[in-house]
Amino acid sequence: MKHLLSAGDLSRDEAVRILDTAEELLGVAQRPIKKLPTLRGRTVVNLFFEDSTRTRISFEAAAKRLSADVINFSAKGSSASKGEGLKDTALTLQAMGADAVVVRHGASGAPHRLAHEAWTKGAVVNAGDGTHEHPTQALLDAFTMRRHLVGGGAGPRAADGAGAGTGTDLAGKRVTIVGDVLHSRVARSNALLLHTLGAHVTLVAPPTLLPVGVDSWPVSTSYSLDEAIEGTDALMMLRVQGERMNAAYFPSAREYSRRYGLDVARMNRLPDHAIVMHPGPMNRGMEISADVADSGRSVIVEQVTNGVAVRMAVLYLLLGGAPAPATELQNEGHA
Amino acid sequence: MTDYLILGARLLGGQPTDLVLRDGVIAAFSADLAHAREGVPLETIDASGLVALPGLVDLHTHLREPGREDAETVLTGTQSAARGGFTCVHAMANTSPVADTAGVVEQVWRLGREGGFCDVQPVGAVTVGLKGERLAELGAMADSAAGVRVFSDDGICVSDAVLMRRALEYVKAFDGVVAQHAQEPRLTEGAQMNEGALSGELGLVGWPAVAEEAIIARDVLLAEHVGSRLHVCHLSTRGSVEIVRWAKSRGIDVTAEVTPHHLLLTDDLVRSYDPIYKVNPPLRTADDVAAVREGLADGTIDIVATDHAPHPMEDKECEWSAAAFGMIGLETALSIVQQTMVDTGALTWEQVAEVMSARPARIGRVPDHGRPLAIGEPANVVLYDPEATRTVTPGDTASLSRNTPYAGHELPGRVVATFLRGVPTVLSGELTEGVHA
Ligand SMILES: [Zn+2]
Repeated sequence: MKHLLSAGDLSRDEAVRILDTAEELLGVAQRPIKKLPTLRGRTVVNLFFEDSTRTRISFEAAAKRLSADVINFSAKGSSASKGEGLKDTALTLQAMGADAVVVRHGASGAPHRLAHEAWTKGAVVNAGDGTHEHPTQALLDAFTMRRHLVGGGAGPRAADGAGAGTGTDLAGKRVTIVGDVLHSRVARSNALLLHTLGAHVTLVAPPTLLPVGVDSWPVSTSYSLDEAIEGTDALMMLRVQGERMNAAYFPSAREYSRRYGLDVARMNRLPDHAIVMHPGPMNRGMEISADVADSGRSVIVEQVTNGVAVRMAVLYLLLGGAPAPATELQNEGHA
Repeated sequence: MTDYLILGARLLGGQPTDLVLRDGVIAAFSADLAHAREGVPLETIDASGLVALPGLVDLHTHLREPGREDAETVLTGTQSAARGGFTCVHAMANTSPVADTAGVVEQVWRLGREGGFCDVQPVGAVTVGLKGERLAELGAMADSAAGVRVFSDDGICVSDAVLMRRALEYVKAFDGVVAQHAQEPRLTEGAQMNEGALSGELGLVGWPAVAEEAIIARDVLLAEHVGSRLHVCHLSTRGSVEIVRWAKSRGIDVTAEVTPHHLLLTDDLVRSYDPIYKVNPPLRTADDVAAVREGLADGTIDIVATDHAPHPMEDKECEWSAAAFGMIGLETALSIVQQTMVDTGALTWEQVAEVMSARPARIGRVPDHGRPLAIGEPANVVLYDPEATRTVTPGDTASLSRNTPYAGHELPGRVVATFLRGVPTVLSGELTEGVHA
């Protein structure tokens, strides 16, 4: 694995290895000194052409906990927001000796350009590109699902049984993803990764918000949340922008919310062990009601915590090449 | 002026024949008649194995001058055309200023003449400033020295049905034709690539086939209703071929073009996110490619036109959505047609002369081009070696731009010589000094 551009590039074993590594690294976050020396002397650049404080902070925390030097480069609003800036920025970062570039960009495919054009020697991590992909989000979602749904751990409150699912995938689990699939990089990456991990994915949206050609994706689709909700193990609500109604994707926010929003009544139809997820930021009252977001089934806050561990694992595996994390963790670890 | 004796060229791919070019015309088909004239040098060219075609005519070229001389000028664009075997190109109107007045079209026409590499027939804008609001002075452009007969807002669709109807009607007064860039604007807002499974996967806004087909369907019905002549630019989908086929069967006066890149390339290339493959209309599916090839072979599609669209590299070396649409194509057009149509048995060389020379000249109403290779006809001739192969290097072009999608492709064929009114613009594969009276 030289880069992480698409969740579809990961084999089942590579994906499981990232999740297992994240499982071990999660322990670091729970220690008083949250730091490992693994990437000391390596430089990770957070190259953000698009604002996303939460994703940037997550990557920054991940890199710092591995002792990497972190450079935050916010290119938004600078000349880099014009196309030609991408190449020049990449050449600059290369000259600065970036070992990894974490890139967030409003244009689909920008990380591919960065990685494939001999512009960047280091590893490129896609931190969200346009309406294309967000592979580390899918990894953290899969990680969160595995902790709750696989092995000993079962159900929303079972996550303390850390590491129960180590070495396994999500075979047979039923994941329902609801909302603006058309514009969602989270949905794309999740559909690819969860399929690779053996889960059954159902995408639920009004027909206007499902991409043309979705029938060729390795998923099922439904126009009815009420039908799809039965038998779901993990229900993921996507952010839906109210402005979409201006482009006639749906008639009104209220109608959307009535047909595709998750309220307590719908949530109560989920099996007891099912979890509710959201990649954030939430539109409370639109795709998810406040009661649901704050309920015991919601693992939304935990997703954020898991995000750091998963991003540590990705950086570790892309840049480390060092001994297996287990050994190192024991050396550094719980002494 | 030098006389030329061309030995053993296969006329339209047929039997080896000797040609004598003298005083700007094809003077004879026999070496015996090539007696040296007093004070006139005679040059002999061994053309054995080469195919002789009438000089190619492009109905769809972007020369970028005036306004974007960093991307192309009339001179460099016509030099590129000559290297591709063209003796006449139609310069699209989307320059800056727009070619929407007699002044601008005459300027472009004159620059072509002065360059001396290829005749430039300007296309006039249909609407003022390509804005789609009111008609440009079509009659003034028709009456100008440039003698404009083709009108197009290319790059932008004349989407207003009333304006399109009026344009179709109005140009009847001077035997003009409206060349439509068929793209329903609301269905293609922000569009980046062909809409299909791949656009969904890549997260790029789709450009659906229906946005092209809906406009073509509307326009052929309008042309039928008002009894006008319509030309469809760069048709790219199976549905478009079927609509044009239907329209022709009804006797509607419609002609259509396909670009070389839509004959060869498919949307899979977008997977790389390399904007060198970004073009409008977008690269379509393999099924569409098969359909446009069939359409060209059976005459539904009348001509091949390059849509040569030069852009500086900074408009291509960036992320996909920020990049410009378009690819250059003058110097590769004949090779792509050979590869996709001739080598596959779909067209003969005689038919290539039809689709790349005779018919585009007829649609554009340029009487001195696209003529048969016959005694007394203007000596606009290209000599082409179909047995040669070459690997495309982007820098090896007379164009100022490098945005070819064929870098690294091994293509068949090579233009050996191009004659414009009996004077070589390309000889031994190299540009000459051009035609200077
Ligand atoms: Zn066009």
